[in-house]
Amino acid sequence: MASCRRSSPSSARVGENVANLTPELALLRDETRDLAKRYGLDFYEVIFELVDHDELNMVASYGGFPTRYPHWRFGMEYEQLSKSYAWGLSKIYELVVNNDPCYAYLMRSNAITEQKLVMAHVYGHCDFFKNNAWFGQTSRKMMDVLANHGARVRRYMDRHGVEQVEDFLDVVTSLDNLIDPYSPFVVRDEGKPRDPDASREVRKIAAKDYMDRFINPPEFLERQKRQLQQDEQQSRRFPARPARDVLKFLLDHAPVELWQQDILAMVREEAYYFAPQGMTKIMNEGWAVYWHSKLMTQHLVEASEVVHYCDTHSGTLATRPGQINPYKLGVELFRDIEHRWDTGKFGDRYQACDDPEIRRRWNEPTRLGRKRIFDVRRIYNDVTFVDEFVTPEFAEDQKMFVYGRNPQTGQLEVVDRDYTKVKSQLLDALTNFGNPIIRVVDGNHHNRGELYLVHDWNGADLQFDQAQLTLAGLQKLWGRPVHLETREGGKGRLLSFDGKEATTKEITATTGAAALAFGKGKAPDA
Amino acid sequence: MAVRRIDQDHTRFRQIVRSKIKQNLRKFVSSGELIGKQGDKVVSIPMPQIQLPRFRYGENQNGGVGQGEGEPGQPAPGQDGDGQGQAGEEPGKHALEVEVPLEDLAKILGEELELPSIEPRGNKQIRTDAGRYTGIRRSGPQSLRHWKRTFREALKRQIASGTYDPANPRVVPIREDMRFRSLQTRQSPQASAAVIYMMDVSGSMGREQKEVVRIEAFWIDAWLRHQYKNLEVSYIVHDAAAHVVDQHTFFHLRESGGTKISSAYELCLQLMRDKYPASEWNVYPFHFSDGDNWSSRDTEHCVQLLRDSVLPACNQFCYGQVKSAYGSGQFKKDLDEAFRGDEKVVTSDIQDRDGILPSIKSFLGKGR
Repeated sequence: MASCRRSSPSSARVGENVANLTPELALLRDETRDLAKRYGLDFYEVIFELVDHDELNMVASYGGFPTRYPHWRFGMEYEQLSKSYAWGLSKIYELVVNNDPCYAYLMRSNAITEQKLVMAHVYGHCDFFKNNAWFGQTSRKMMDVLANHGARVRRYMDRHGVEQVEDFLDVVTSLDNLIDPYSPFVVRDEGKPRDPDASREVRKIAAKDYMDRFINPPEFLERQKRQLQQDEQQSRRFPARPARDVLKFLLDHAPVELWQQDILAMVREEAYYFAPQGMTKIMNEGWAVYWHSKLMTQHLVEASEVVHYCDTHSGTLATRPGQINPYKLGVELFRDIEHRWDTGKFGDRYQACDDPEIRRRWNEPTRLGRKRIFDVRRIYNDVTFVDEFVTPEFAEDQKMFVYGRNPQTGQLEVVDRDYTKVKSQLLDALTNFGNPIIRVVDGNHHNRGELYLVHDWNGADLQFDQAQLTLAGLQKLWGRPVHLETREGGKGRLLSFDGKEATTKEITATTGAAALAFGKGKAPDA
Repeated sequence: MAVRRIDQDHTRFRQIVRSKIKQNLRKFVSSGELIGKQGDKVVSIPMPQIQLPRFRYGENQNGGVGQGEGEPGQPAPGQDGDGQGQAGEEPGKHALEVEVPLEDLAKILGEELELPSIEPRGNKQIRTDAGRYTGIRRSGPQSLRHWKRTFREALKRQIASGTYDPANPRVVPIREDMRFRSLQTRQSPQASAAVIYMMDVSGSMGREQKEVVRIEAFWIDAWLRHQYKNLEVSYIVHDAAAHVVDQHTFFHLRESGGTKISSAYELCLQLMRDKYPASEWNVYPFHFSDGDNWSSRDTEHCVQLLRDSVLPACNQFCYGQVKSAYGSGQFKKDLDEAFRGDEKVVTSDIQDRDGILPSIKSFLGKGR
């Protein structure tokens, strides 16, 4: 325990009382942990801390890391959390940090039933953190990393002034959704640096004269030539391929000072750390709910606590009509998967069957459900999870629908209950965790060092006022005029900021789109 | 407890809010949007501009996925009822609202307009009594230790940590349990102020004119409340006759008829004599009108009332003339003429909402 404390000064700072569970809670923790292990959950050690609501709000404002760098937006978050707690609008039940060891916080004022539920829930999350592939590249010592970031930012503030550092943080933070969440898992072809000695001739494969016609046929030569031309063209581009990781591009190329570069790198690192949590929200919560529900109802709940448990549990799963609750969707999907793999509702034969009645009543005792959900929690993320496991039957059972705004009445209306539409709408919302995909296409636009970004428009428009403000920040960082190509209702728009004036121009969306298409062909996004 | 990190960030956030309000004070004042959101001691201010901008999608543009009943074509369940009409266009639907104490707003107003602090008159100034040992604190000299409280704390701690044994009830206080008596100082009665708002509600004062008065009164209130702990406000409306009314009526009453300003001044004088004697109160009569009076004879009567009775008993008399389509604006000229050189009478012209701040400055800028 002592070593934990040292490696993580944060826990000491949360309150004077570290690892301060009451004997009763400590017993419960051990019981819950052993149960979870018996079911096959696998997690790093979990350290629970008992905090009061104010401390919990504080830790939550910092995204679970009490030692983060100072920034006013955490203060804003804190004010909002405190207010909404004081007004009884919301209450944070659990907060768990993906780290080794995992840190989780229990609210002192919660009843013992809720503490049990939270602990069981937390062990679900911790298992997910450790085993889900998308968390595979996250640092497990993030407590320390962020404490380190905090120290560095404070040092920069001492040296360069609070306001200057703060202004820079504001700019960078407002760009921190422009990352490439898949990049930790694939090697992106960044294009080769230009080799001045490279021959411009098509190189033939050595062959005897009489074989040449077969070994170097004209199509082959033609292909080689085109490849060469393309390489040539690309090597003149900067960046060679559209860069989706805008923060990295800025880190490599923006004319900033060393301390600014360091801050940029920190913010980027944190963005990548938090990205998997955004990518697996539905799964992660679903998995945790599945396990708290299982452990509670099968083992932990006393008879006298049943009503209290049900009340709390149903509060977590309540769907406000017209909205998707990730807890609910996630746990229902996991349960559906378990049920399907228990009853043989999978595989070619089942898929080929198109009689809904037979499909409903399908029952072959395969009993693979538990194994299947453990596999699913390991390799899927929200997009693939929804894509693969939201079936027509599931969508119908869950009464899912697509809604939209009726242009005549201005009201939101149920548009469709067709499952393919539901799914595609859901997938759209989950893609890139709901953020627009924006790439750097040209870092030397007009050969004047201007920055040209292209928004990968897929039907939804950006908020233009916000986009202009963000561009203004980006311009401060880049130093030269910046442009963003996007569309509004399908029509091309070019937003620009040159340091003084923000402009919006109508354009025909071709240049950037062409560049994008070319980028996509070479390095497809996962 | 040590200074917590979040407190620094929170303070910084409040500072930023404050500076944003300062920058946009004029906008806030002339839009009047603060007033509708007034709580008891705090004002809720919409501040979408404080959030960090991002490249993001507009909300609910293409709809989304929901769960629940309903056939295609029916309204989606679970709308809050406010989703009608224009909502989709506004990015600020979930605009951040920040609560700011009225006190802070007054300070900001004071800083922006460079208002001097008011020097209260009357002999009931703030006086601090020596106080008595009625408080408790965690540190102090041994001579002031409070044994009972100390042992109670120790007992609490032992029970909580499970070291208390009822069979052997030994309670040993440690350093953290110690409690000491402390001095509580009490503040004696302080200077109090009374504001008497008078408004012309004759036909020529339209809705916009009343709104201007309303906004101005809000800010004057805020400032005077900041200066005096105890502030009482009375409202008088007048056309040809004057009445004392409550706040709501004052701002919403719509009457027509002639204008006899002296009726209001007489009522004001009566209030001052009955409730707010000058020996104990700092009295601030404010009068808002569009400048038309019934007759020049009545105006003479007004001047006489002011000079003989009202002025000696009040700190300052303020007259704000709101421009309206019908008012002649004669009354201000008459007042200016009659009280030229008298510091106690302040008049100002309010052309429109943008004129509110300068007008407040001229009223409160004297520090009286």
